[in-house]
Amino acid sequence: MERPLTQHIHSDGTTRTLREYVKTGGYRCLQRLSSGLAPKDLQRLVTDAGLRGRGGGGFLTGTKWSFVPMGADAPKPKYIVANGDEMEPGTFKDRVLMEGDSHGLVEGMILAGYAIDAEVGYIFLRGEYHLSAQRLTEAIAEAYAAGYLGKPLPGTKFRFDLHLHASAGRYICGEETALINALEGKRAVPRAKPPFPQTVGLWGKPTVVQNVETLYNIPHIVNKGSDWYHRLSRTQDGGTKIYGISGRVANPGWWELPLGTTAREVLERYAGGMADGIRFRGLLPGGISTAFMTEEHLDLPLDFSSIPPEVGRLGTATMIVLDDHTCPVGFVLNLEKFFARESCGWCTPCREGLPWVAKLLMSFEEGRATKDDLSLLEMHTKWLAPGHTFCGLAPGAMAPLQSALKYFRDDFEQHISLGRCPWSNKPARLKVLV
Amino acid sequence: MLSDTERRELEDAVEHYPDKRGATIDALLTIQRRRGWISDDTLLEIAKFLEITVEDVDSVATFYNLVFRKPVGRHVAFVCDSISCWIKGCEQVQEQIKTLYQADLGQTSPDGRLTVLPIACLGQCERAPALMIDQDVYGNVTPEKIEQIVEKYK
Ligand SMILES: Cc1cc2nc3c(=O)[nH]c(=O)nc-3n(C[C@H](O)[C@H](O)[C@H](O)COP(=O)(O)O)c2cc1C
Ligand code: SF4
Ligand code: FES
Repeated sequence: MERPLTQHIHSDGTTRTLREYVKTGGYRCLQRLSSGLAPKDLQRLVTDAGLRGRGGGGFLTGTKWSFVPMGADAPKPKYIVANGDEMEPGTFKDRVLMEGDSHGLVEGMILAGYAIDAEVGYIFLRGEYHLSAQRLTEAIAEAYAAGYLGKPLPGTKFRFDLHLHASAGRYICGEETALINALEGKRAVPRAKPPFPQTVGLWGKPTVVQNVETLYNIPHIVNKGSDWYHRLSRTQDGGTKIYGISGRVANPGWWELPLGTTAREVLERYAGGMADGIRFRGLLPGGISTAFMTEEHLDLPLDFSSIPPEVGRLGTATMIVLDDHTCPVGFVLNLEKFFARESCGWCTPCREGLPWVAKLLMSFEEGRATKDDLSLLEMHTKWLAPGHTFCGLAPGAMAPLQSALKYFRDDFEQHISLGRCPWSNKPARLKVLV
Repeated sequence: MLSDTERRELEDAVEHYPDKRGATIDALLTIQRRRGWISDDTLLEIAKFLEITVEDVDSVATFYNLVFRKPVGRHVAFVCDSISCWIKGCEQVQEQIKTLYQADLGQTSPDGRLTVLPIACLGQCERAPALMIDQDVYGNVTPEKIEQIVEKYK
């Protein structure tokens, strides 16, 4: 089984230098640019490969690039931005790549820059990733010294400059238009779309924002071609995927596997099943903005095309497992507190609705909830549904709640009837009748 | 007043952006690294340097989690309270820190050594619960290990 993205990452966690990277074929494909691989050809190659964005949305990368104005009349400069915000709880795949093989991101960005004729790139990194920052800074310096950055690439007129921007911690920065505001030195509130960043983005110029893992795929596609890339995968979407798992499983971790691997394989074969004496109840397939999957969904291929919309979506493919020793209501309360805290506050339904949801869930945990609270929770999943808020944060927050209300309804009802959390040893509250 | 070193660092930061305002976050974090937190006076100095209004700088300073508009202790302990760490017992970790250093979330220990803050998922979920002190990350933390970890931060 091939693992192009991660095969060279040192198992002891040490850094990979430029010399090692080049020895294993790194930066080699930049030479192909001089032998006539035009930006349009690179775009087509990535489209043919079926590369879909790994940031959670699964948008076709080649299609996204095709919206960027090209040619002599196109605005200048254009920008390519790596989205390394990775603050989605449960998600740690981009960190693995950035720490383990920093040059892969630099090369991926040069190629993506070339494909859309963007001469400047920014790596937008969450502020807490200090080790990634250190290693990327070193890699960028090495790439400048070696002439991959800051100088025209041999045989072409294309010159690429790359900057690292370490942010200061806010989940909403991961949303691509909020990220653009953050890079401009502003509050990270999302922008209205349209216009889309591909035409009007960073400082008003055409900008493509791409997830870190997406960018790591590009050098391999250029080196080995789209047929090879399709063969890596088990489904119609191309390539491998970094799958991760956390929670009470025997062996939490990450694995680069063919796209379309099932949750059951990741859980049982790679993570060694549940920890001793613990039973599986459900999982969020990719970060906390995805809907729960239960036993009946474990054999669905985890990719961007095979999960029916009524079940959910893949998200980041780093799953979080809910077990029988953990209260599902407490679990969802933790998620909604996160969303309420990280809401950027720009639009009213999200700013007011998420703290309300968190408060309602708290009343379940404290044994104060009534049947009416259950229907209020249900109503919020409609009030904060897609289209009702300015960006995807609030709808994302409703995905685990709505599915929890479906699959774990008995647990919610038990909190009401018992007047306490069944997982807590605190006594039931006395119901005061007025 | 910005020191010469601070000024030089800000000049380096500004280099990376087509306009000075782009460097607002870098400026705040750079100065905070030296001064511990961002006071009203610091805000003013940064605004002057970047040639933007102090309100612009404050709107950014108050938005981001890692910019401190209040003094903090000599070290900051960030306890991840997101889902994977919650499942694996981050609340017990928090409790133990509180017992040992008399600092609840958002507070500083009475000796000024440690400020304790909650933080969103640190991307270490496979070794939850996770804790970051200043810039160092610790995984698989248990209440029993806290004292030994914090020992290094005087
Ligand atoms: C609230 C919110 C948070 C997001 N966080 C991230 C993130 O941390 N990293 C990321 O790559 N994409 C994130 N996204 C998706 C981005 O907006 C964008 O779609 C993505 O970076 C595009 O890259 P891709 O096409 O390579 O996946 C987030 C979206 C929303 C609505
Ligand atoms: S949905 Fe939430 S995060 Fe998105 S713009 Fe509205 S307030 Fe901000
Ligand atoms: S949830 Fe704590 S590190 Fe991810």
